[in-house]
Amino acid sequence: MSSTVVEPALRPPRAAAAGGPWSDRRVELALAALGVALLALIAGMLLFVFGKAWPSFANNGPAWFGAGGSVDLQLQDIFNSPANPKDYEYKLRAWPLLYGTAITTAFAVVFGLVFALLSALFIVEFAPPRVRRVLEPVVRLLAAVPSVIYGLIGILVLVPFVGKNLVTQSREESVAFVVQLTGASILVATVILTVMITPIMIAIITDALRAVPRSWTEGGAALGVNRWRVMWTISVRAVRPAIVAAAVLACARALGEAIMLSMVSGSVGFAPNPLDGFTFFLEPTRPLAATIVDNAEGLSVKPFGETIYAFAAVLLLSSVFLSVGGWLIRRPLRRVGAGAA
Amino acid sequence: MSAPATAAKPPRERVADWPLADRVGYGLCWAAGGLLCVIAGAIVLYILVQGLQYLRPELLFSRPEVSLDQSESGGFLDPLLGTFMITSIGVVIAGIIGVSVAVWLTEYGRPAGLARAVDSAVEVVAGTPSIVLAIFGLLIFQSSGLGFLSFTAEGGGVFGRSFIAAGTMMSLIALPLVVGATREALSTIPRHVREASYALGKTRAATIWRVLLPAARPGIATGLALGMGRIAGDTAIVVILLGAAGQITPQGDVAPFNVLRGTGSTLTSYVYNNSPAGEGNAPQKAYAAAFVLLLIVIALNFVVDLVARGRRGGVQWIR
Repeated sequence: MSSTVVEPALRPPRAAAAGGPWSDRRVELALAALGVALLALIAGMLLFVFGKAWPSFANNGPAWFGAGGSVDLQLQDIFNSPANPKDYEYKLRAWPLLYGTAITTAFAVVFGLVFALLSALFIVEFAPPRVRRVLEPVVRLLAAVPSVIYGLIGILVLVPFVGKNLVTQSREESVAFVVQLTGASILVATVILTVMITPIMIAIITDALRAVPRSWTEGGAALGVNRWRVMWTISVRAVRPAIVAAAVLACARALGEAIMLSMVSGSVGFAPNPLDGFTFFLEPTRPLAATIVDNAEGLSVKPFGETIYAFAAVLLLSSVFLSVGGWLIRRPLRRVGAGAA
Repeated sequence: MSAPATAAKPPRERVADWPLADRVGYGLCWAAGGLLCVIAGAIVLYILVQGLQYLRPELLFSRPEVSLDQSESGGFLDPLLGTFMITSIGVVIAGIIGVSVAVWLTEYGRPAGLARAVDSAVEVVAGTPSIVLAIFGLLIFQSSGLGFLSFTAEGGGVFGRSFIAAGTMMSLIALPLVVGATREALSTIPRHVREASYALGKTRAATIWRVLLPAARPGIATGLALGMGRIAGDTAIVVILLGAAGQITPQGDVAPFNVLRGTGSTLTSYVYNNSPAGEGNAPQKAYAAAFVLLLIVIALNFVVDLVARGRRGGVQWIR
């Protein structure tokens, strides 16, 4: 783009009027200033949240991330800590919350990725045109439904359903000494979370699959390879960067989901035990984001607020790492693949 | 094998002849597509049935009251207005900042390092959970210097809760959508359009204002509509930055400003508070409000479709 603009002898009157206070230089500076302000805001967010969270990390050390005791009782103690700043209570072992976040996110992303990949293949290659025309708005719709509506359906339909049909007497008794089974569980949380994050993944993968050069798939077809094999061995491999991007984006979305999870995950700071067999899926938990929503009322209590900001700091750090990590993974893959998202 | 469009599908290929593994994969694809339709259909139908069952016209025009008796707890006029207010505030701020940043990134973009940093800042905003934005907003608006923007206690304590606070933080969740859509629209405008404008003696600023932005209008509108849908559907920021008051509670005396400075509710927080998760526990009202909310969100998506019709459909709504 040319950097110097020749001033002509005759200018259109409107342009002359606009050229007065809105000279090129000033506009550029103003726009750049806005960009810098945005940058400062984001840097400020990182700094402030971490600054506010620091006392909680500093008082607990690495044990903050470890297990030990009931996290709900610890939060209560922090909330009720004495008014004297010297006696503030900070002891927290956040493992159950971190673990709850990790399992709900991991399950949802793994199931969602398989589901999304199959759906994307279906939309791009196998669906008859008429079905395809229905599916595209359906994906958009699923992505647009507000999380509180997902949560509402979860808490009023799925949770009672699971509580009535899957939580049997014997299951309830088997874990009665640690936790109560009500139906609000990682099962419901994972199912709804999967439905919530799948549309984004479908959109990214579909877009990438469409961008695979036609000659590649045609070459496969010309060799007598059937349509499924062509898609699976050529197209899916070509869109690996997009699949990674989809997983990363969905992961960030799942980590940050607060309202829906606070409604259906049971809101108990409990680390479900995989050794319980199927009962594991019926045990409640409470991810980090949901913990923040549930405890927002206590933010004005200083040590408690600092603990909550520590949760936010962990979430913030994970989402920044996810975007950076996704970018790093995508970069070398982009060279081998087509249609990087 | 005459038309190139059918080249990828050899003649007389029958799924029944495929190896078993391939047929299983093919079947799974159909199953996934079908499941998608079933889930979406179930959600929409369920909310539709429940919503229509409990929705009464008077719910839309009466204010919420605090009452244990459901027949006396009023409707959701205030939450409806709250949703419109929050959405307007958020989308105006996101529109101004988002379009400016996008223009700067595509049309100027120098120094390059700074542009890249701003670009990644937008990425970080897109990836930040809204709950984190919410409590960051609380941190900002609770500072006493900004007390005039939010609900303030008698003794001078700043609560940091108001429509302005919530709307401002909401603009951040719409921002990446607006920036993305605008950049996409600007970058599809051919270079010769800009050169023609320069040749006519327009400055770069005038070119942006009179040529590029009008040409990018559909793209910008798409971004704004997507952003509005995102804002109208977000709950976490409302729950934290607007508080749990049902009615719109003005703060101060200056007429339009006191409402913005006051607290209230939106449809999302109304649904949340009336679900078993909140204190209200009035599922009927929650369903009715959820129905209205879903209608708003679907309408916004419809607008996006109308605006984007005939254009190459991008994936701007992701993010």
